Amino acid sequence: MKINRRKFIRRTGLAAAAMGGGIIDSSVRSEPLPGAAWAGGQAGPLTLADLPTVLKSYRIWDVHTHLNRFAGATTEEKVDDCLRFADRMGVERMLLLTAASFGGGGEPEHPNPEDLRLMNDECIKAVKKAPDRFFGCAFMNPNYLPACLEEINRCLRDGPLTGLKFEFDTPRHPGDGPHPTTYGAPRDLSVLDPIFQRAGELKAVIMHHTFMSTVGPQNVGESTPFEIVEVAKRHPNVTLFCGHTGGNWELGIWAVRGVNNAYADLSGSDPTSGYTEMAVRELGVEHVLYGSDIEGRSFASQISKVLGANISDSSRRLILGGNMRRLMEPVAKARGMQI
Amino acid sequence: MIDTNVDLFQWPFRRLAGDDPASLVINLRNKGVTQAWACSYEGLLYRDMAGVNARLAAAARQYGPNFLVPFGSINPKLPDWQEEVRRCAEVHKMPGLRLHPNYHGYTLDDPAAGELFSLAAGKNLLVQIAVSMEDIRTQNPLVKIPPVDPGPLADLMKRSPNLRVQLLNAGYHGGANTRHMGDISRLENLYYDFACQESVAGVAKLVAQTSPERVLFGSHYPFFYFESSFLKVYEAGLPAEQETAVLEGNARRLLGSGAAQS
Repeated sequence: MKINRRKFIRRTGLAAAAMGGGIIDSSVRSEPLPGAAWAGGQAGPLTLADLPTVLKSYRIWDVHTHLNRFAGATTEEKVDDCLRFADRMGVERMLLLTAASFGGGGEPEHPNPEDLRLMNDECIKAVKKAPDRFFGCAFMNPNYLPACLEEINRCLRDGPLTGLKFEFDTPRHPGDGPHPTTYGAPRDLSVLDPIFQRAGELKAVIMHHTFMSTVGPQNVGESTPFEIVEVAKRHPNVTLFCGHTGGNWELGIWAVRGVNNAYADLSGSDPTSGYTEMAVRELGVEHVLYGSDIEGRSFASQISKVLGANISDSSRRLILGGNMRRLMEPVAKARGMQI
Repeated sequence: MIDTNVDLFQWPFRRLAGDDPASLVINLRNKGVTQAWACSYEGLLYRDMAGVNARLAAAARQYGPNFLVPFGSINPKLPDWQEEVRRCAEVHKMPGLRLHPNYHGYTLDDPAAGELFSLAAGKNLLVQIAVSMEDIRTQNPLVKIPPVDPGPLADLMKRSPNLRVQLLNAGYHGGANTRHMGDISRLENLYYDFACQESVAGVAKLVAQTSPERVLFGSHYPFFYFESSFLKVYEAGLPAEQETAVLEGNARRLLGSGAAQS
């Protein structure tokens, strides 16, 4: 009998609910972390001394990183500073979303074509400095569509980058405020279609910032995951990472549910207990990815969302790295890259 | 390892792993914690604070003798809150109080805060101030509670120079990253946890910004995954003596060796 993904998730989700697993919690971890004490067959807490081995064993890949705030006068120096901590935390490889610093350290909220070129140049520098540690994204602002398509050719088709990053891309309606799923009236995001189409042709992955803040959008162009998955549905050959799963994860997880080419990025919010368990329960473990959102966040707080979750150890391994390796394989293969 | 920032009972807006005292104690012991300073989530919104603190004290005795150290909730905007301070200190033998000014509707420059600090200093109570409990961006839209502004502490603590104060959950949502940090970081009786301290190696930055003797391990468990603060200590790469101090020594010194017996 054939069963589609939505039906499968519905059935398995209900089964989990019936067992009590994942709906609330169980009081004791189902599978302990495999620290040295555990590997030795002795029950005992994980210690700081165990962590180098334990973290490395997960082969962590990080789907959401920025270099902007790391120490260093140049992008290459920021790469060195970042890798110092990535090595310590056992992070093998990262999807780099932005590298350039603009004055205060962040990227401009509405970059013009010149800003885009500058940002993407810095990202290329980072990838060239550590090609076995970073995948890189070209930053997009669809308000400058021709410039975006040019940047895709320059940085992806003819350059080393493998993904696209969107932040605050299209204005909202005047007066839009907090709303559980859309911040207001849904917008027409068809302006993204040509870029998604080109990404599909190049097998590039897309990371789109999404948030649904209780206090309203932090920027007039902020998107919710409910809006972005509608674009993804029109481009089923494109892999879409929903940045932060909308922040308000108890809502955002529902946006991703049942959209086969959309994935929950756990990054960039507080390490609130239950987040990962709910994502696994509703989406299936293959649709959940670890990301950190460094350097504004830490590797530590974000890895804890997976290591601390009451899920199986095999699930931890998929979320921390296995899923991203699977999803990056098509673009890496197309570019002749080893992963 | 001493965890200076845990809570008992149920978070008002979500069920959490470890939100019953028995499983919380088991889970924390399994993670290597030897003592936990615990307040009650009930203290955020309940108004019968005497009941809140009596249940906390009873649970600490029943489920975590010599492990759970109860910190009473005080709301200085409730009638006869001074009596509840007395009960926490004299009846329940609590070594400290935990304040939630943002949930209780006052700021630290409110005269009530000064009176509470003075009373706590007189009873030799450690005062913990929870700067935030949850990112305001993810709060229930009907209960939007911004973080506490710790700035007035600079003046407030000068008026109670012997009082020991610990800021909890400062950092990402206020506190250690605010414009007041320059002033308050110099206060010698002001201590910190780092459950909400963010950025890579944020604990090392907090230690550098304040003092290796005034940073204490705190997890904000069970609202946060315990492993977050644990991994932050590792990520910081502190010298061994500072790591030991942060994990246990500073807390032991701050509260005194008799705390667990209370």
